Amino acid sequence: MNVPTDLKYTKSHEWVRVEGDIATIGITDHAQSELGDIVFVDLPNVGRALNAEESFGTVESVKTASDLYSPVSGEVVEANPALSTQSELVNTDPYLGGWMIKVRMSQPDQVAALMDPASYQASLD
Amino acid sequence: MPMKQVPQPISIFEKGSPGRMGANLPETDAPEVDLQAALGDLRDDLHLPELGELEVLRHFTNLSHINYGIETGFYPLGSCTMKYNPKINEATAGLPGFRAIHPMQPVETAPGAFEVLAQVQEILCEVAGFDEITLQPLAGAHGELTCLMLIKAYHDSRGEGAQRKYVLIPDSAHGTNPASAAACGYEVKSVPTDAHGNTDLEALRGMVNNEVAALMITNPSTLGLFEPNIKEICDLLHSVGAQVFCDGANMNAMVGTTRPGDHGFDCMHFNLHKTFSTPHGGGGPGCGAIGLMKHLEPFLPIPVIRRASNGKVQLETARPLSIGRVSAFYGQFLMEVRALTYLLAYGRQKMRNISRFAVLNANYVKARLRDVLPAAHDRHCMHECVLTATRYKKGGVRALDISKRLIDYGFHPPTNYFPLIVPEAIMIEPTETETKETLDAFCDAMIAICKEAEESPELLHGAPSTQIVGRLDEAAAVKNLDVRWIHPSRREKAPVSG
Repeated sequence: MNVPTDLKYTKSHEWVRVEGDIATIGITDHAQSELGDIVFVDLPNVGRALNAEESFGTVESVKTASDLYSPVSGEVVEANPALSTQSELVNTDPYLGGWMIKVRMSQPDQVAALMDPASYQASLD
Repeated sequence: MPMKQVPQPISIFEKGSPGRMGANLPETDAPEVDLQAALGDLRDDLHLPELGELEVLRHFTNLSHINYGIETGFYPLGSCTMKYNPKINEATAGLPGFRAIHPMQPVETAPGAFEVLAQVQEILCEVAGFDEITLQPLAGAHGELTCLMLIKAYHDSRGEGAQRKYVLIPDSAHGTNPASAAACGYEVKSVPTDAHGNTDLEALRGMVNNEVAALMITNPSTLGLFEPNIKEICDLLHSVGAQVFCDGANMNAMVGTTRPGDHGFDCMHFNLHKTFSTPHGGGGPGCGAIGLMKHLEPFLPIPVIRRASNGKVQLETARPLSIGRVSAFYGQFLMEVRALTYLLAYGRQKMRNISRFAVLNANYVKARLRDVLPAAHDRHCMHECVLTATRYKKGGVRALDISKRLIDYGFHPPTNYFPLIVPEAIMIEPTETETKETLDAFCDAMIAICKEAEESPELLHGAPSTQIVGRLDEAAAVKNLDVRWIHPSRREKAPVSG
């Protein structure tokens, strides 16, 4: 499984890319592989306030529907518009084209508590 | 192994010839009317099929041959209880006195029908250990929802409606449970499962308080395991004034052997279309009777069907605390006729054979497949076994590939990827109506497929290869739904779907 070394991870298989106070959030290669072909992604509106570990949407595959959890608190500043018609991007390009939301973090120190790539990789083995 | 190639069927619209017909009509003795003058412009592009009787008969008979059901083969679809429905059920449901009555006819003209409903209620009360039964809900999830509505009405009647906000549901539950709770306005909290496949008691203790309205729990669980702490769980919920609902999807493991009402449940739903052999799949229709204890009785949906002390069956509608109607009439009446036939055909003495053979068959399959597909939890299972195919994942074979290959061997696949907490889950429910020879043939096929998974995985990836369709693109089926058939002569003009 592909676990990029420049990201942070959650137990519920989301990844976070931090640039300044903006956190970009998606689901991991492992998560998309377990879910199977993704057919629908339900994302929040821009402006929604999220608490860490709060559900921000759902991802639906041919097998199941799963909640998506925000790793950090903050305000949604962007949701990936491509996923409304190309949900398969989450399968084919989970870390770049398949990103889900961008959050302006209200508590950036929450990032330190997330899993680093080595511990996420270890949790999969 | 049989590798019969089935020819692609041609639609009935592409068969026949203009002017051909199956009926021999007499000369008309009425004056002819000019349709164009009478009705205006008429469409002439309907392409209605024009065929003889034998062509029509062959068309539909051949289509029926490519169908698969319990009457053509083994159907071990876990969690669905695809048992054989005895033909005597159809004989009684077809009796004119049942078949030809109408829901709008005066109640006093159908005493036999209400006697059937009362008898089904009385037998289910005894089988499941409840004080009351209502046959009103029209399907399983409708039964769940009705139970939750009763629980809500109960809490409201005690002035605790606003205080009780949460419904607890184990993480192994059917998806309909949280949907029913949410539809009733409750917030759902998920209870984890422990390493043995039981509800995690410690975690549950930490979640139970006087803000909890109910626990919805499936017993045996969707892991096919009996919950050994069920009495303690019910007592725990009752100690804070909460109610316990039993999802009766797995009642087939308990019929005649043990009674949910004795375990401490306040209410439950039955799937008559699973446990009591009414038609299933293809629209059923489903039938979701519910059972409940006396304290929930004031809230029963109306009309309540009751046997009076003189033995006569009556309808009660003046019930001020009732949650109201949940269906237009009295439930799926002809399904109740079938269920009663089934219950009486077994009778009190032999009814336990249903659960005994269902449990025996599932354990037999589990034991025979142990070396190729281990159980998710290695203990005696109930009426179904949940196996895991994780060992084949390294070689690129998933549970779905094994199931698709099973189609080539002539069997309906088991349930895949449920319950969600078991990786690469294969859930097998043989039911009580299968012979040892059938179970052995199925197990032999599964063992052969697991060998193929290691030696020639491409056979599984390409499966099924013997049917009129190959592997379906499930993602495309969801995203580009196309359910409209278009006549070949019109296809070029038709708008592109999608």
